[in-house]
Amino acid sequence: MIGRFIQNAGWPRIIIALFLLGLFIAAPFVGVRVDTSLSNTLVRFGMNGVMVLAMIPMVQAGCGLNFGLPLGIIAGLLGATLSIEWNTEILAKLVELGTVYKISWLNEVFVTNWRAALGFASAIIIAVPIAAVLGWFYGKLLNRVKGDEMMIATYVGFSSVSFMCIAWLLLPYKHPTMVWGYAGRGLRTTISVEGYWLHVLSDALALDIHTENIHLYIPTGMLIFFAVMAFLVWVFMRTKTGTAMTAVGSNPDFARASGVNVDRMRTIAVVMSTILGAVGIIVYEQSFGFIQLYMGPFYMALPAVASILLGGASVNKAGILNVVVGTFLFQGILTMTPSVINSYLQTDMSEVIRLIVSNGMILYALTRKVRAGR
Amino acid sequence: MLLRLDHVGKEFYGNRVLSDISFDIDAGEIIGLVGENGAGKSTLLNILFGMPVIASTGGYEGTVQVDGKTVHFTSPNQALAAGIGMVHQEFSLIPGFTATENILLNREVLRGSSMSYVFSDRVSTLDREAMNSRAITAINTLGVNISPDMIVSEMPVGYKQFIEIAREIDRKNTRLLFLDEPTAVLTESEAEILITALKKLARSGIAIVFISHRLSEVKELCSRILVLRDGRLITDQKAEDLTTRQIASFMVGRESEKREVQQPIEIPDNPIDTISASEMLNPSPKKKRKKIRPALKVEHLWVDMPGETVRDVSFDVMKGEIFGIGGLAGHGKLGIPNGIMGLYPSGGRVKLFGKRLILNKPRAALGRKMAFVSEDRRGVGLLLDEPLDWNITFTAMQTQGRFLFGIPFIFQMRNERAMSKEAQKFIDQLSIKCTGPHQLASELSGGNQQKVCLAKAFVLKPDILLICEPTRGIDIGAKTLVLDTLREYNRENGTTIIITSSELEELRSVCNRVAIVDEGKIAGILPASSPAEDFGMLMMGQTKNNNDNNIDIENVNVNVNGEGEISA
Repeated sequence: MIGRFIQNAGWPRIIIALFLLGLFIAAPFVGVRVDTSLSNTLVRFGMNGVMVLAMIPMVQAGCGLNFGLPLGIIAGLLGATLSIEWNTEILAKLVELGTVYKISWLNEVFVTNWRAALGFASAIIIAVPIAAVLGWFYGKLLNRVKGDEMMIATYVGFSSVSFMCIAWLLLPYKHPTMVWGYAGRGLRTTISVEGYWLHVLSDALALDIHTENIHLYIPTGMLIFFAVMAFLVWVFMRTKTGTAMTAVGSNPDFARASGVNVDRMRTIAVVMSTILGAVGIIVYEQSFGFIQLYMGPFYMALPAVASILLGGASVNKAGILNVVVGTFLFQGILTMTPSVINSYLQTDMSEVIRLIVSNGMILYALTRKVRAGR
Repeated sequence: MLLRLDHVGKEFYGNRVLSDISFDIDAGEIIGLVGENGAGKSTLLNILFGMPVIASTGGYEGTVQVDGKTVHFTSPNQALAAGIGMVHQEFSLIPGFTATENILLNREVLRGSSMSYVFSDRVSTLDREAMNSRAITAINTLGVNISPDMIVSEMPVGYKQFIEIAREIDRKNTRLLFLDEPTAVLTESEAEILITALKKLARSGIAIVFISHRLSEVKELCSRILVLRDGRLITDQKAEDLTTRQIASFMVGRESEKREVQQPIEIPDNPIDTISASEMLNPSPKKKRKKIRPALKVEHLWVDMPGETVRDVSFDVMKGEIFGIGGLAGHGKLGIPNGIMGLYPSGGRVKLFGKRLILNKPRAALGRKMAFVSEDRRGVGLLLDEPLDWNITFTAMQTQGRFLFGIPFIFQMRNERAMSKEAQKFIDQLSIKCTGPHQLASELSGGNQQKVCLAKAFVLKPDILLICEPTRGIDIGAKTLVLDTLREYNRENGTTIIITSSELEELRSVCNRVAIVDEGKIAGILPASSPAEDFGMLMMGQTKNNNDNNIDIENVNVNVNGEGEISA
């Protein structure tokens, strides 16, 4: 019974889970509050969840782990910055629409109460088509390098980030909260979303208990958003197309002999993954409070890759459960190690442990790339 | 006596592939070694050449003697030292090197220098001129004219073969030369040159063992012929005492077994098969023929499948027929079904019930109610990492939209319950041994996996079923079951079935008619009841020329269109 559980869950997960449990148990003894730690873990889980979810389509379609996630993130950053740049215009346009079509409540809803939600939605609406276009080209590229997808994807991610370093400076952004103060042009490295859509998901329906004994904060809205995204992915993987995609990942020759267009399925998977990456970073930013440009997205793929692997996914099979378990464990370790271990050792070990866990996990999973039974 | 084999035998993990082989070879003799695929030729060569695969699987039985002394080669180097040379079917040449460099590889003529006194020969320079003259001598012995400076990668295939042989000749001590299908890649004129060259070599005292599937060449070249079948030496006779027909019957054999043969399907009105030559020349317009359309009509099909190239194939398959495609491995029989299904680049014309089929698109073929069972079960036939119900229903789901619910083209989810139900139906029907429809395909045995592949095809409810190597790699019990299933399916549903198999006996027991493919072309189509040696003759490239009942389909077509003379 226990042996079977271990076999199903896998040793890496059990070890990490026990370690995490140990940290939670040790926390009170070094003066770290368990409830705030738990709240932090949940917040980080919600922030990163969608980006980890972005791994599923590509893994299932046999394109490996999406090390090119920065490409999707860039689309998300474009959406986020453009939503701020055009914020006033978008709102004005909607008000105008409301006036033209004589829907008086529209003004009230959009301009007053739902301003932030509208900004957030506009960021996603702008980001998704950009991600789709970028993902399409990215997919075409990956179809030419079958077998080496992950290596190529890594460099797609790196080079696109570097390219955007130039673009962020040159693009004609004008909004005063985003451009460099001294030059009047070129985007800043860090842009605050406060006043636009800060915590728009996190604070929606949030459970915030702040008494003398309990400090608990559950970002319900963000968790629901993740759940909805996860459900959509789950449903998609069960559609005819999703089934074909899984078969392509499982055995492309079989899929081809069954009349499936292998390259098309792979392209769809890459586009989906890129779109999820774009949505993921916007969710991340609304909680984090800042848009990080330039080298910000450079290493963003690694935590997501490490999370899904930690959750028990392999290079060619991944499910929603892997995402949930993996993200929780990975973010749990990330939250707990700085507070607990640092308080105990009196030194800053968090970064070291984070690197050991994430890179170690990637290394572990990649060495197990060989397909069973073939 | 140059080489003597005494009761040589070999077993691979309890599977006997050679038993009790005894023969000897004298200097200057040319011996033809013939046998079907799997008759044990390669194993025999491996033993004689000391290939490590033999030693690593427990060695061999019996003794091998060279010059009366018992030898036991454990590596090819020892065989080379004893004067045994071998030219393999696949070229082992370095593409970027010249002819000379390849011929003299590792036997280069060295020019000593002061450096080589201090160090070793490894730092000596090459004497290019001496090397060239040696290469030219070796090439000239073969009676061909190849420049010694020509780069191997730029040579035609035939030349490469000559370079391989020249390399063995240059070895001074070579006394016995094994040639494994040297003429397979040569054109007819090149093959003739080679045969002349080999005769010349033999006169100089080198013994040659010549392996070929072309019986006419073997008969022309060799003085003695050895026939292997199922690991046994069937005959060892002088070439002039044997006819090609006899050789063929020795090779395929097994005539004594009593068995039930499927009769060829009645094709009374087939316009092609029964039309006579005189009628072709003077077509009488009054005599109206009832036109029977074949279920599948293949015309001038070519398929570019690596290792199984199909060059020009035409045949008809009647509705409800079980049609067999046989032939030796590598001659293109597998290419035909794979090409028709669009899995490899192909061209020509394929008509399905009179309507042309779009080639190179698996979807088009599947859409026309054709189903395919691949010879590469684990590579193409199955989703090993997915459960059985996926394996069985996936193709039907993708091409026919079954096992789905929702709105077509907009949103359709898979109906897992229907999938499991269908899979369970076939698990019961074909008695697939498994824990249920959710077991992974990789966990089943070979025979059961094959049944899953069949179920996958049956789910499609095909009009035409193409099956490649239905019994490869499965045990005897499962074999009979699979064949019976096919027979039954054909009888119950009237499905046209095309079976491709390298086992002739199997084809003859299941099919109505069997086509034999030779070098990418159809050598002939015979009713399954024809004697085995007739099939053997076709396989060995002895195209039947005394056809009494069927005129070559290709010729007729050409003549009708081209208004030329009949050359049947």
